[in-house]
Amino acid sequence: MSASPDKTGAFRIKGVGRHTPARTARFTFDGKSYTALEGDTVASALLAHGVHLLGRSFKYHRPRGILTAGPEEPNALLDVSRDSARRQPNVRATVQEVFDGAKIASQNRWPSLSFDVGAFNDVLSPFFAAGFYYKTFMWPREAWAKLYEPIIRRAAGLGEAPKEEDPDHYANRFAHCDVLIAGAGIAGLTAALSAASTGQTVFLVDEQPEVGGALHFDTSTMIDGQNGYDWAQDAAARLKAMPNVTVLNRTTVFGYYNHGFLGLAERVTDHVVRPAKDLPRERLWQVRAKKVVLATGAIERHMVFANNDRPGIMLASAARSFLNHHGVSVGHNVGVYTAHDSAYEAAFDLHRAGVTIAAIVDCRADPGEAVVAQARALGVDVLTGHSVTDTSGRLRISSMTVVRNGGGNARKIKVDALIVSAGWTPSVHLFSQSRGKLRFDEANQRFLPDIYAQNCISVGACNGTDDIADLVDEAIAAGGGSAVVSAENRFEWTGGMIGAAEGAGPDTVVKAFVDFQHDVTAKDIRLAVREGMHSIEHIKRFTTNGMASDQGKLSNMHGLAIAAEMLGRPIPQVGLTTFRAPYTPVTYGTLIAHSRAELFDPTRKTPMHALEAAAGAEFEDVGNWKRAWYFPKRGEDMHVAVNRECRTVRDIGGVFDASTLGKIEVVGPDAAQFLNLLYTNAWDTLKPGKCRYGIMTREDGFIYDDGVVGRLAEDRFHVTTTTGGAPRVLHHMEDYLQTEFPHLKVWLTSTTEQWAVIAVQGPKAREIIQPFVEGVDLSNEAFPHMSVAECTVTGVPARLFRVSFTGELGFEVNVPADFGAAVWKAIWERAEGLGACLYGTESMHVLRAEKGYLIVGQDTDGTVTPDDAGYGWAVSKKKTDFVGIRGLKRPDLVREGRKQLVGLLTRDPGDVLEEGAQIVADPNQPKPMTMLGHVTSSYWSENCDRSIAIALVAGGRAKAGETLYVPMSDRTIAVEVTDMVFFDKEGGRIHG
Amino acid sequence: MLLIHCPYCEEDRSELEFRWAGEAHIARPENISAITDEEFAEYFFLRNNEKGLTYERWRHIHGCGRFFNAARDTVSDRFLMTYKAGLARQPVPTAEEAAAIIEDKTVETWEAVEGDAR
Amino acid sequence: MVDSGADLASRTLPLAGAHGGSSVVLLEPAGPAERISLRARAEDVAALSNAIGLDLPVRPKTSASGNGRTALWLGPDEWLVIGEAGLVQAAASSGALHSATDVSHRNTAILVSGPGAAAAINSGCPLDLSLAAFPVAACTRTLLGKVEIVLLRTAEDAFRVEVWRSFSGYAFGLLGEGARDAALNPEPL
Repeated sequence: MSASPDKTGAFRIKGVGRHTPARTARFTFDGKSYTALEGDTVASALLAHGVHLLGRSFKYHRPRGILTAGPEEPNALLDVSRDSARRQPNVRATVQEVFDGAKIASQNRWPSLSFDVGAFNDVLSPFFAAGFYYKTFMWPREAWAKLYEPIIRRAAGLGEAPKEEDPDHYANRFAHCDVLIAGAGIAGLTAALSAASTGQTVFLVDEQPEVGGALHFDTSTMIDGQNGYDWAQDAAARLKAMPNVTVLNRTTVFGYYNHGFLGLAERVTDHVVRPAKDLPRERLWQVRAKKVVLATGAIERHMVFANNDRPGIMLASAARSFLNHHGVSVGHNVGVYTAHDSAYEAAFDLHRAGVTIAAIVDCRADPGEAVVAQARALGVDVLTGHSVTDTSGRLRISSMTVVRNGGGNARKIKVDALIVSAGWTPSVHLFSQSRGKLRFDEANQRFLPDIYAQNCISVGACNGTDDIADLVDEAIAAGGGSAVVSAENRFEWTGGMIGAAEGAGPDTVVKAFVDFQHDVTAKDIRLAVREGMHSIEHIKRFTTNGMASDQGKLSNMHGLAIAAEMLGRPIPQVGLTTFRAPYTPVTYGTLIAHSRAELFDPTRKTPMHALEAAAGAEFEDVGNWKRAWYFPKRGEDMHVAVNRECRTVRDIGGVFDASTLGKIEVVGPDAAQFLNLLYTNAWDTLKPGKCRYGIMTREDGFIYDDGVVGRLAEDRFHVTTTTGGAPRVLHHMEDYLQTEFPHLKVWLTSTTEQWAVIAVQGPKAREIIQPFVEGVDLSNEAFPHMSVAECTVTGVPARLFRVSFTGELGFEVNVPADFGAAVWKAIWERAEGLGACLYGTESMHVLRAEKGYLIVGQDTDGTVTPDDAGYGWAVSKKKTDFVGIRGLKRPDLVREGRKQLVGLLTRDPGDVLEEGAQIVADPNQPKPMTMLGHVTSSYWSENCDRSIAIALVAGGRAKAGETLYVPMSDRTIAVEVTDMVFFDKEGGRIHG
Repeated sequence: MLLIHCPYCEEDRSELEFRWAGEAHIARPENISAITDEEFAEYFFLRNNEKGLTYERWRHIHGCGRFFNAARDTVSDRFLMTYKAGLARQPVPTAEEAAAIIEDKTVETWEAVEGDAR
Repeated sequence: MVDSGADLASRTLPLAGAHGGSSVVLLEPAGPAERISLRARAEDVAALSNAIGLDLPVRPKTSASGNGRTALWLGPDEWLVIGEAGLVQAAASSGALHSATDVSHRNTAILVSGPGAAAAINSGCPLDLSLAAFPVAACTRTLLGKVEIVLLRTAEDAFRVEVWRSFSGYAFGLLGEGARDAALNPEPL
């Protein structure tokens, strides 16, 4: 090989590779600047410059390089950044394309890549064997928080998460197709041509920048008289031109879920120098495919031997990719260690490019005759029946130790790279995710698709189809159409092994790595078996083999074989761990897609929101709703504002936005009968024009929701629910209506958002609304408390309720939502002139607590019956059926001593209890104390000039007048049990 | 994500549009207020939660809004059939066939060797 | 909703002023419309159809238009009827048993049109919107991201998205993102 002055790297070979020599890109690695060719991966670009050391291993901090040329890479994980906010850790150097200006850094090393303090772990490795953490960091318990956890946290994990907010955006697309083909190698392309010929809609998806799959490295396959790679590009171009075909490059099918549903991650800008602002960084495709063709190929395995992890040791197919696709040689003097014929072809290609092949060491006694003959013809030294039993070199391999199998003199052969192959593992991940069942192919020591669980078919290498003519036929058949593709290979491949190679067997203590990313050695797996792990799932968890982010794409089969050997059981009986999605790591951004910032969740605003905001409202989140919380005037804090609002409502009046209340229109001749069944109250006795407060229980007798129901006509009710309960109450009602009471002639419609609701409460409520109302006499006699009428308000058709959630004279004006703002404006203008106030949800809570009105979900928690809440009167004694009638009779619901809602008054009126605080009878009782219940609502009541609270207390009502205690961390608060009405106990004001 | 055939919309729709609604064919007792505690427990609290063929209710809540019944294999997640609410429990003649399909002839996944591992 | 005191000037529309889209999708808030949720049993469909002036569709996922009104099949006993004023009264005039509930202000609508309309909607909607599966006049209740919508195809490249008013900002925003992405990667098929 002639030395090249090429600025894109001394290991770049002229005339080899598919990149355009003139198109370069500059990037930095650990601060040093390099020039690459467009189309390079970070791995190929660094190798071109002779850089093999890319990282430190996870546990032992051993120097590590590039092992593969694809997404299965376990070692070369780097930190790639575009700018300070666009930084991603754990990027595989073999996948990331170089772009001009990329800043790339190694990970998991300190202070530098070539001198890493953590490498001391390697010396201490006898103490870091499998299960080390489980055994060591057990006792004393106290040491966990202070000692073990901080140490483990610092040492564990790969890379460093970005700290700044991600400035990129991500897209999502749902799509449907007749056939989705995963993988665009020979098999995938052929299947796509065949499927497309039938007119079916086809998705062809491939994770690489260009189609071709194995044709990236395999230069000896000819298709239709063309070089295979060129044929592939040609085929893709033909497919892209067809209207029924979508070809997605740089897109990983990461998950194959139920019923033909697949998750695809498309990388849109990670390779682009200056992405257009509108481009999403990644796009999530959620595809429903009628049929799936898996053409995912196979992944080459490494050889498991002592010190097989030094930089410079890599898969033979990877070296071939770097050479044939990127034009980069992995070394000047390359050794080959193999159990499979395919590595010979890598040696031939390197040899042809002028690279010295130090020797081909083949652990098999009789490799394929054709490849051996070819090697010998080229003058390459082939050592059959030999093994590499060790390597040397601190930061990169410098020699390999070769021994004849069964013993003999070891000899060291100098190399600057060692390419290895233990054969090929079919990529059955997606097949397995689809819940397909595998079978073990004993002859070839591999798992292959056997029983399909979905409408799916595997073709090509992932199906174990080795012969290229068979592969093409299989792919055409899978596509369901026709295609004419004739392909031929130069060599047929044989061989392959799984498990530890010569010199790394059970009688040795060498570090022969099985899982590179988690530093799991053959010895660790044997230790797991010796310690009693007999299932592959237990062995996996004990050793963490295959649990790294590469999910054991290289290590699973080796680990399984080693465990099977130790257990003395055939491989199929030991079992394969189940493959789970995602196939390769997926960014959170992709999975989240549009659900960020304003689109994270809907923000629901009432029709009056803008007016409230203009009036200075602070808002609180109630579910997805923004509700006006309180309306501070200049200089007021929340406490002062709420006190003012509460006082003003009771002295004069207040205006409140109640639009978020759930509303359901119940219509039909059987409406009353239906409500009789769904609520504890009786509804047939309610006359049109009247309202009633209703409680809804579940079948178990516990309160589910409450609200005021107005009867507008014999066959029409306006039902209100709690703000948070609206959807579930409608669902609950529909459930009973459709499945238990389908004979009833009644229909339900959600009208929550049809109506803007303006509550006007207080002594001047009538005076405030009077001038706007037409069509109803608002006098106490004509329109008493709990009345409803259809009328107009400011000329707008309205439903007017005389109801009160404050205990004051009150009205709720319902107008069609688009008119809400205008009507609110008119009412508020007049209310303000009369001295009333706007009030928010906080004052609403205080005012209702002053009257002992409960809030479902705050004062109740799903274990409270109407009687527990003091609302036993709302349960009809006459009805023979309603949802909950039987549940309420359950022994536990009628026993003495149940928790009941009561009022609490602190001995010191200035003390405001904490909501959620526990209540006891004897504050001096030794722990554990007997808890009687807890505080559910607690406020400062300006109108009562003291604190008030509502609590659930065991046998509470019988304890009226007793003193109980609320122990807090710093003191104990004495409270007196009272009834729940703190203000206007006679209840006269509501009829004002 | 499941693909569910809505018997009212008469087509397969994404699971996103549906809500699961518990075991099917549990009728609310007509004389519910008169039943014993044991009968109430049986009706309201106790569910079989069987592995394999189950009858369950779904609601096409973000579609036609209808509740309906489904026969689903909880091991394979395969829907054997769906049918309208109110219809009696429908026989699933293909249950054996379906079971035969998912019956493992080979042993390789954790699920398959679970018993072995114990 | 028509009333002398309740004119358009005093209405505040939930998507007032909203505009958006991309080179391949136009997003516009629809004008106010009268809408009812109509519920009835099969035996009363004919009478109601007569009264409303169009044949209420009885096949899933279909709609029918006539007399300035459009009726969308939402379920076996449920229609969303959109159109000129007087829907409640028209239904009542049938004399047939039914439920008609005014939802004119509950919903608002977004008009999505252009060659990328389906792709924009598919950024949040799991339906197959190919013309074969969802032809012109097809309609259904479904999801757009995290909110429920009623989707109606009004032309090959135009849709009406009915959505509850408080969800309309979210829906418009999501469709805006979908429109932007549709311009970069239009209709895949």
